Amino acid sequence: MFGKLAWSAIPFGQPIPLITSLVVILVVLGVLGLVTVKGWWTYLWREWVTSVDHKRIGIMYVLLGVVMLIRGFADAIMMRTQQAIAIGGAPGYLEPEHYNQIFSAHGTIMIFFAAMPLVIGFMNFLVPLQLGVRDVAFPTLNSVSFWLTASGALLVNVSLFVGEFARTGWLPYPPLSEVGYSPGVGVDYYLWAVQISGVGTLMTGINFVTTVLKLRCPGMSYLRMPMFTWTAFAASLLIVAVFPILTATLAMLTLDRYVGWHFFTNDAGGNPMMFMNLIWAWGHPEVYILVLPAFGIFSEIFSTFSGKPLFGYRSMVAATLFICIVAMMTWLHHFFTMGAGAAVNTAFGISTSVIAVGTGVKIYNWIFTMYGGRVRLSVPMLWSLGFIFTFIIGGMTGVMLAVPPADFLVHNSMFLVAHFHNVIIGGVVFALFAGLEFWFPKAFGFRLHEGWGRCAFWCAFVGFWVTFAPLYIVGLMGMTRRLQHVVVPDWAPWLYASVVGVAILALGAVAQVIQLVVSIRDREKLRDTTGDPWDGRSLEWATPSPPPFFNFAVMPNVEGEEAYWGIKLRAVETQQLSPEPNYQPIEMPVNSPVGFYTAFFATVFGFAMIWYIWWLAIVALIAAFAGFVVFAWRDVHEFEVPADEVARVDRARRAAREATLAQMAEEGGLP
Amino acid sequence: MAGLQAARRAWTRACRCPAVGIAGVGMAGIGLASCSGGVLDPLGPVGRDDATLLIDATVVMLAIVVPTIMLAFWIAWRYRASNPKAEYLPYWSYSGRIEAVVWSIPVLTIMFIGGLIWIGSYRLDPFKPLPSKAPPLEVQVVSLDWKWLFIYPQQGVATVNRLVVPAGTPVHFSITSASVFNAFFVPRLGSMVYAMPGMVSQVSLEADRPGTTYGQSAHFSGDGFSDMHFQVQSVPASEFAAWVRSAKGGGPVLDRKAYAELARQSQNVKPYSYSAVDAELFGAVAMQQIPPAPGPEPGNPSHAGREVGTGGHD
Ligand code: HEM
Ligand SMILES: [Cu+2]
Repeated sequence: MFGKLAWSAIPFGQPIPLITSLVVILVVLGVLGLVTVKGWWTYLWREWVTSVDHKRIGIMYVLLGVVMLIRGFADAIMMRTQQAIAIGGAPGYLEPEHYNQIFSAHGTIMIFFAAMPLVIGFMNFLVPLQLGVRDVAFPTLNSVSFWLTASGALLVNVSLFVGEFARTGWLPYPPLSEVGYSPGVGVDYYLWAVQISGVGTLMTGINFVTTVLKLRCPGMSYLRMPMFTWTAFAASLLIVAVFPILTATLAMLTLDRYVGWHFFTNDAGGNPMMFMNLIWAWGHPEVYILVLPAFGIFSEIFSTFSGKPLFGYRSMVAATLFICIVAMMTWLHHFFTMGAGAAVNTAFGISTSVIAVGTGVKIYNWIFTMYGGRVRLSVPMLWSLGFIFTFIIGGMTGVMLAVPPADFLVHNSMFLVAHFHNVIIGGVVFALFAGLEFWFPKAFGFRLHEGWGRCAFWCAFVGFWVTFAPLYIVGLMGMTRRLQHVVVPDWAPWLYASVVGVAILALGAVAQVIQLVVSIRDREKLRDTTGDPWDGRSLEWATPSPPPFFNFAVMPNVEGEEAYWGIKLRAVETQQLSPEPNYQPIEMPVNSPVGFYTAFFATVFGFAMIWYIWWLAIVALIAAFAGFVVFAWRDVHEFEVPADEVARVDRARRAAREATLAQMAEEGGLP
Repeated sequence: MAGLQAARRAWTRACRCPAVGIAGVGMAGIGLASCSGGVLDPLGPVGRDDATLLIDATVVMLAIVVPTIMLAFWIAWRYRASNPKAEYLPYWSYSGRIEAVVWSIPVLTIMFIGGLIWIGSYRLDPFKPLPSKAPPLEVQVVSLDWKWLFIYPQQGVATVNRLVVPAGTPVHFSITSASVFNAFFVPRLGSMVYAMPGMVSQVSLEADRPGTTYGQSAHFSGDGFSDMHFQVQSVPASEFAAWVRSAKGGGPVLDRKAYAELARQSQNVKPYSYSAVDAELFGAVAMQQIPPAPGPEPGNPSHAGREVGTGGHD
């Protein structure tokens, strides 16, 4: 009836997961209770859960990403402290069975459920606004994507409380992940969580490729698209190209585990090497799926805060597409040590370092964007400068790893761990915090507190280096990754230093939370009435903050690069806004519960598969599919926003802009 | 290359003298690491060549990276909004000349690195034998859950978790795994190579002077992974012969039955040796004539842990 599920699946004898689970359950119940007491259910259901508004979905993605970032950080604290305690014979406080789950969950959560949702959240919020359109190509599909991602995140977290998570690393290499060596449910949790969210990600990719190809406002030619939109487009192309590989690879491993096939087993003709090739054919492009939109965020910030257009815009577009293509030709650098031979290693070593050309070009273009500018060193700009420093070094260590004989010394070492945190934290995470600071007023109508933002930045920057510089050093001293305890006493000082770094990073996280609380408290003081708090250059700043659900009352008409900057210049020159348009009613997509509904049954399906509860899996699969069928047959897709309503919202916006214009005229105007 | 040599010499010197070593962050890192028994403190030629290449590539890149970082900070500071002396060029966003430079700096750097990659990959291919007058010592390596088995086919002995090699003689390792992936790695000897079931990979390494160090697995292999480290002793040739004699003198025999017991999961195994070995054993393991190691077994206490059901094919 319940497959493998039994009371022994609950970790009663293990204080750490048990207490954590209880706390998590209490917090969740507390939140649900609060929502019930305050009577917010209807609001949440109508305005958020069933919303197909790309901005709302974007915000939910970011929220999910931030929550998972905190969860992953908790894992990181445990790993770093364990390694600092378990030296020279001391066992530490986490036995291997538990420690191995922690680093596997950490990597899985950080990549799939923190970084990806954060990046996709920004894409959701920004791309339609920057393109001057009212939504993505398939708004309901977008909601399905989000909820499937959330479903995967939920499954990973359920594994904490019911059963166990994988102990095989964030990429479950066979034969270790085959059923003979990992008989528990851990790898199955991994497989179904990643498969379900992967479907969501693939649909996001399709959605955004279509949006960029098909839905641009009049005049928005490809070479007028803002840089962030370009990078989001490139990332979406990569998603469409490589996520099917991930799905197929994990499906093969699933077949091995569930029905005894032999794709990757070490006997009966299976070939575990093939798994490594396939998973990295997805895995390396994946890191660029994360980092390209991060580059886009920095491009927007450098140009806005320097008060200048992006230097070498076309060259930036070229570099982006160059990276996008070369990223798919480098996967073998993750296993130079598998003995492929000199010719193969040479080819992949060179193709890997060639990526650094695209990245190098971008860095110089950002630097020259600041040249001749009026650089405002506000919080987003601090993150960006911190990024330049950190990312250059991460790229350099990446190229060191791309030299095969050098990689023979530091592959799978702490040096490698330091490298990828260097690029992922210094590149992706810094970008997300910079972007949060930058677009927060657009999303919520008020800015974040500047002082606490600076404090958070400095803690993160210093904390990052204090954590990871020692790891580079112990890596060169021979320390490999994923050790539950260490025996070489020389490594100890560096492992202690790294814990200090983690403590500083934790202070940064606290500062970030305080910043949010303080900003909410002082929101009236920090209010952005203009919709354009940073003197922006792309179309999202043409809308009020927060933008109305239909984004634009009339479609903007773009006449050059930097669409909104052009509109502003014209307004300043003529000392007036463009004449009031003739408002028309707008058709907007209706809300739909199908995303939530499908994801609910996908979660049940995943859980049932993990525990071998076949009847439940079949029921859930049919239910999820039925949801799609009902959705496909619905009659009402859109509703009409009356022209009066559109006019009312837009007149308020115009009034605010006119006030700004008048004030600007007093102060001497734009350059 | 002369400049490079000089840079490298300066580097080595810097690393010997702590005060200079701390001069630059990157330099300090590499410097400190190289003073203390890691991959930058090699015991033999392969490790030395690998490390040289690592340092060469770093020096080449630092030559670009340091000025670039300084340029970035200088421009950000020079053109800060509060600096009235800096000229504001609000429309300046293209310069063909700068674009050309911007593309060519990374291209040239990477061409240089590409050369290092090309030459290095061929010269330091792990499968290539080392040039030497003395014939190499053969060692067969089997990674097991969770210990290392070293078989000396020429001597007819074997060890677990201890590797003894004669200094000054190249050692040719043939490596396989009886269960899951591992990586055979002695940091101070150089190049690591994966141990993979059903396959034999190779690496030639040499210690050119006596010394004691450690090796380990560099690829995660399960719960006992952290204890997959082993002693490495490089000893003078005469001492090596004496060691072989003493190993032959006593200890268990590694036949199929003993191997089957050894292949079961166990953690933190203390080093010991076998006085005789089944000569066909390594081949039989590599070709999987002996089936892969059993993995977790319900009755085997070395596999403690929270295991929920045993799943499998039902
Ligand atoms: C300048 C460009 C880069 C180069 C040349 C480079 C090179 C490499 C190489 C050669 C490896 C494999 C090393 C080994 O396993 O021994 C590696 C690992 C890795 N890199 Fe990079 N990298 C670059 C940028 C990035 C970026 C931008 C990201 C992410 C945003 C990233 C994330 C990773 C990750 C996650 C791994 C290791 C994953 C694992 O083994 O678990 N890298 N990189
Ligand atoms: Cu890669």
